Amino acid sequence: MSTSGFDSYRPPEPAGRRRRKGRRRAGPSRGGGDGSREMPVVPDAEFGSYYGRPVVKAPPWETDVAAYLFLGGLAAGSGLLAAGAQLTGREALRRSTRLAAITAAGLGAGALVRDLGRPERFLNMLRTVKLTSPMSVGSWILAGFSTCAGVAAADEVDRATGSRLPLGRLRGLLRGAGSAAGLGAGMLAPPLAAYTAVLLSDTAVPTWNEAREELPFVFVSSASLAAGGLAMMTTPVAQAGPARVLAVVGAAGDLVATEVLERRMDETVVETLYQGRPGRYLQVSKVLVAAGGVGALLAGRWRAAGALSGAALLTASALTRLGYFEAGLTSAKDPKYTVEPQKRRLAERRRRGITDDSITTVE
Amino acid sequence: MGQLFGPTNPAVDAGWQHTHPRKGFFTDTSVCIGCKACEVACKEWNHVPSDPDPQLLGSSYDNTGGLGANTWRHVAFVEQDAERIARARRSGRALVDLGMPSVGPPPGRGTAGASAPGGGADGSAAGGAGGSTGGADDYGGLHDAARLGPPVSTGVPGDGPIDTTPPDTPEFRWLMSSDVCKHCTHAGCLDACPTGALFRTEFGSVVVQDDVCNGCGTCVAACPFGVIERRSDGTAAPGERGPQQGPTREGGIAQKCTLCYDRLTDGQQPACAQTCPTESIRFGNHEELVATARERVAELHARGMTEARLYGANQNDGVGGTGSVFLLLDEPETYGLPPDPRVPTADLPQMFSRAGWAAAGMLATAALAFLGRRR
Repeated sequence: MSTSGFDSYRPPEPAGRRRRKGRRRAGPSRGGGDGSREMPVVPDAEFGSYYGRPVVKAPPWETDVAAYLFLGGLAAGSGLLAAGAQLTGREALRRSTRLAAITAAGLGAGALVRDLGRPERFLNMLRTVKLTSPMSVGSWILAGFSTCAGVAAADEVDRATGSRLPLGRLRGLLRGAGSAAGLGAGMLAPPLAAYTAVLLSDTAVPTWNEAREELPFVFVSSASLAAGGLAMMTTPVAQAGPARVLAVVGAAGDLVATEVLERRMDETVVETLYQGRPGRYLQVSKVLVAAGGVGALLAGRWRAAGALSGAALLTASALTRLGYFEAGLTSAKDPKYTVEPQKRRLAERRRRGITDDSITTVE
Repeated sequence: MGQLFGPTNPAVDAGWQHTHPRKGFFTDTSVCIGCKACEVACKEWNHVPSDPDPQLLGSSYDNTGGLGANTWRHVAFVEQDAERIARARRSGRALVDLGMPSVGPPPGRGTAGASAPGGGADGSAAGGAGGSTGGADDYGGLHDAARLGPPVSTGVPGDGPIDTTPPDTPEFRWLMSSDVCKHCTHAGCLDACPTGALFRTEFGSVVVQDDVCNGCGTCVAACPFGVIERRSDGTAAPGERGPQQGPTREGGIAQKCTLCYDRLTDGQQPACAQTCPTESIRFGNHEELVATARERVAELHARGMTEARLYGANQNDGVGGTGSVFLLLDEPETYGLPPDPRVPTADLPQMFSRAGWAAAGMLATAALAFLGRRR
């Protein structure tokens, strides 16, 4: 209930929003507790932060980027399966995975461009090659992969339509280029699946940075199980054998890498992987990975069961990416995830006798 | 590609073939009066637009909140009682006790007016004001500092005597600090930028090229201090924007302090430093500023203000030292600064190596999947 037009400027009551750290000693009461129900306009500065404001900034990335993490991984896994299918003569698997690779890569690249602050300048990503920038390295990997996957897919479409594309004498060229491009996409696929982990970890966002040792393994596993799952849905069982293996190994790798990641992460920061919406995403994702993996292993030879397992794995991969993405954004918005681990590691170094590398000095 | 970690000259590292001295700021928060002239001068000179959604934040006299795309200088206000003053003093003295090089008044400096800190009588007089946690020693020094009479030198050669006695009382103090881009020796934003829009100037500062940046936002996440930010494109639903406000200047791209690159190339100093009325913000050659900062912190310690400490003056820290050095009167996090920042790029080789192993594992799995079974 507002009694004045200026009441809307009053800050929200802090009670119950966050745990207070550090003891609060009895002192002159500044309202709130004395029964007047008057809230102080200037709240006490919280220990360890500047009015609870973030220290680091979350990147201005929307869900588009989380979608790209998923789609890029799916494209990578599919491109890898397509190359294998091409080399071992599995035509149905090659067809479905080549088309999956270019579709996922195209949608993913579109999502990335849409997320830029100035989408019309997206080509600036290829303005330079910069090895210190995972975004630059990744842009080149994605551009190379998409080009290869595009040529391979064009070849595939021409074959599927019974050579009806108006190519004339260029058809022979496309056949050769399609094979070479398919193998090229296969070689670029693992880096495409792995670089996104470095892209997230090479930041000051606490959850992503803390996960830098294990995140690449989580992401390549997630890419493998997603692509395997999709191929199980789109390919006849007789040719989907390698896809099932990739999915099962990916599911196992995902669960193991996640477990290691959670055990080794800082005790405060790991909270972000359990709490709130990202926590729920990751929880459901684990269940789906386990269910889909077991399903693919035991019942993958039956088409319906295989497709169902594949769908579970595909959903799990999307939730994994969304979960890690949002957990990172959450960790950047609360200063305790930045300040507490940093104070701990500083204290740990000092305990070991290393005192010359602190940003705070008195000399 | 220069080195990713450790002490270095950033301009030389970036390939500049000259001997320009590195420029920077020394922000002495012990003489900041919180007038925000720096914020205003910065906005005026650099045409930084107003915040699209200005709000009263209810945190002391600070309604700017923090550094961002539209705030390149930010004055923090922290209100502290006697207990927190004592705690700051203890944490500052703990830094000395760590075995860092000992502090003391620089030889020949004007600290003769400072009496020995920690008089017993002063301690008991001040002890009644706050909690009893500090002990006589904690309050005595402050008491001395508070009533320190004669003006002392600022430590800048050629300066006349200016009264730099911090206007505090034993019971209460205001911390005011003008924050700015740190212009790190190893700048996370610069290393992470995929387009080359961010570059290292000949003065050692880090600047965004507005016409190259495509607004990908990687630099925003890469900054360990939360300085750089993508400016929103200024579009808003009808009615949300004031009638006079046009489209936002340089919308959709990353923006931050440029150390007034345009002024530096003309031999001027940055707008904030020129306008600062108390010389809390000083601009100059980085080496000389760090020396000045060390003298100043020693002077304050000699007066018993053991809460004084430098931030960013150590080239062995996680970002290789900063171009903008600060003198703080409490722990960094109190001002919203990270206590142990580390540029993420420092770990990049290991991260790429881990990613390489993961990718190799994926390739091997696929190979086994196809080779292990025939058709």
